[in-house]
Amino acid sequence: MREIVISVERLSKQYRLGVINHGRLTKDLQSWWARIRSKPDPNIPLGMADARRRTIEGDRFWALQDVSFDVKHGDRLGIIGRNGAGKSTLLKILSRVTAPTKGQIKVKGRVASLLEVGTGFHPELTGRENIFLNGAIMGMKREEIRKKLDEIVAFAEVESFIDTPVKRYSSGMYVRLGFAVAAHLEPDILVVDEVLAVGDVGFQKKCLGKMQDVSRNEGRTVLFVSHNMTAIENLCEVGIFLNDGSVDFIGGASDAVERYISSIRSEMSKSVSERKDSKGDGAAMVSGLRIESIDGRQLQSVPLQAPFALALDVLYKSPQDCSKVEFTILLSDENDVRIMSFQSRLENGALRPRKSMETVRCILAEGLPLSPGEYRLGYSVVVNGLLADKLLNAKVLRVQPARFFESDELPPSFLGRVLWRTRWDQV
Amino acid sequence: MSAKKNVDGEWTTVIKPKANLLNFNIAEVWRYRYLIQLFVRRDFVAVYKQTILGPAWFLIQPIMYTVVYTMVFGNLANLSSDGLPRILFYYSGIMLWQYFAQCLTKTSDTFVANASIFGKVYFPRLTVPISVVITSLITFAIQFALFAGFLIYFMVRGFSVNPNLWILSLPLLLIAMAALGLGSGIIISSVTTKYQDLRHLLSFGVNLWMYATPVVYPLSQVPTQWRWVFVLNPMSAIIESFRYAFTGVGTVSTHHLAATAGMIVVVLLLGVVLFNRVERTFMDVV
Repeated sequence: MREIVISVERLSKQYRLGVINHGRLTKDLQSWWARIRSKPDPNIPLGMADARRRTIEGDRFWALQDVSFDVKHGDRLGIIGRNGAGKSTLLKILSRVTAPTKGQIKVKGRVASLLEVGTGFHPELTGRENIFLNGAIMGMKREEIRKKLDEIVAFAEVESFIDTPVKRYSSGMYVRLGFAVAAHLEPDILVVDEVLAVGDVGFQKKCLGKMQDVSRNEGRTVLFVSHNMTAIENLCEVGIFLNDGSVDFIGGASDAVERYISSIRSEMSKSVSERKDSKGDGAAMVSGLRIESIDGRQLQSVPLQAPFALALDVLYKSPQDCSKVEFTILLSDENDVRIMSFQSRLENGALRPRKSMETVRCILAEGLPLSPGEYRLGYSVVVNGLLADKLLNAKVLRVQPARFFESDELPPSFLGRVLWRTRWDQV
Repeated sequence: MSAKKNVDGEWTTVIKPKANLLNFNIAEVWRYRYLIQLFVRRDFVAVYKQTILGPAWFLIQPIMYTVVYTMVFGNLANLSSDGLPRILFYYSGIMLWQYFAQCLTKTSDTFVANASIFGKVYFPRLTVPISVVITSLITFAIQFALFAGFLIYFMVRGFSVNPNLWILSLPLLLIAMAALGLGSGIIISSVTTKYQDLRHLLSFGVNLWMYATPVVYPLSQVPTQWRWVFVLNPMSAIIESFRYAFTGVGTVSTHHLAATAGMIVVVLLLGVVLFNRVERTFMDVV
């Protein structure tokens, strides 16, 4: 029986909405005066008071609620969940960046958290100076850093630039150096937040390899947050699925991933207005996203390259105040890899609402040249430059096979999701 | 955040909602002393990289002020300098005031200026204001060397400049100024995380404060019915004591110094209490 190195006990974290955005004494006084007269607070952002958004009590909401779990020595734990499920809050509390509201976490050993790489890098200092600074910020002693210096430099592949100020580094070099310092910290517990999403593919592999090394061969405990399910399944053996601030599932990593994916499926089958994970200030709200034929019949799936339309039902809080409205529809594959986006601004410029409730249609007159399968649609609405409503994984779009090439065949989807016609000449 | 050893020594760290208000956690700050050293180095190196004159700026600034004040307040307004050579009088006041003002303004920026680091990694937050004070102290040491030069020059030229045993109080005066700057800077930084208005107030507030302090005029010139204002201003006793120690001219009273010490202790304690409260949750506010 391995010993427990992290014990999370009934952890809750509450954030305040509205008030935090004031930053000005006059506004606080205004809110206070409104409360006294029991009038609505004029400073709570629009839409926040809406029952449609998550569990809100007055101007407070719980980012984490009663979360408990244990991590054993040497575990590789993957934390998954949708945006806003509380993953980052959990990591922040664990890294002691912010304090919990209730409950506690008990930890055995040194924790190093990589919520970001290159934290505290100063642009004017050289790579070498920044290695020392960054290492010290993360709690390393001078001798430790000195001993590891060559290894860090070699890992980051920046040997020839080590005495150049980092402001002249490419962003790739910057990230590599940052990860290299963190990877050589030798903490007992390593906490990693999606930093691997940056850097080139080769370096990403190297990072994953290093993390595997750290946990398998050196017996360290790793906590890893990612949206990349493949990385989670490869790296982790235990998985936690967070949903709306509480633990939905804890168990084997692949079971957790399964659970997460099926929950996304069931969410997507819900209509947009029932969803609780949308973001934005609510100046405009999308109450429905439909796939339609050009003449307006609702469709479940579209044949490859057949014309169709995406319809958004939009509700404006005060249409006369919306001088600039921009819609974006995002299309990604089932692994959340973004394939394309359709932006109203690029085609029509900024739009103005005609009524307080209207339907906006995005017409794809030439259809989509995508290989048959399931795709995900998401949308965002920006009003006067501010995000009004945004929902990813809002709906599934099924593309059905149809004749596309001269032969009636289609390439397998692992060769690429986008189909393109070509002509082949022999010269 | 509370990083207390558990009684049975089983857990290294227990992360809890509330910390003790007077939890200085000096041991933890001491463990991070190397980081303080690097912060000081960073602040020095970074400020003067890509400048032509480099560290000379440490001296240029107070010299320019001294020249301007000598012309404006000395020659034009004809304010008294307590019989001291004007350069010595103004330079000493400016040097001390700048040390204090630097401690104050840079400390007051702690949370806002470091929000991006504080939001990503934990280390004792107190290391930042402490490194600010050390940086200011080094600047002061450089400026003080020039002051010593002026002092010797005027003594050799036979001006009535009489350093005395009060010189020994210099370390205490420096600590007092650092504590006052640190304490009030921390109070301001704790409050500015929520109310950013105070940052605008601060820059001219420090200027106004200077004119309410015997920097460009001696305390002896202040009418007796207004003296109480200066008793309430901890900086006036410090500057007068410094001038008295190095030149033998100035108004020092033990009552005044005791009141000053008391006020500084209160400000510093209040600052640390506020800092401990804010450092735990300010990331949710910024």
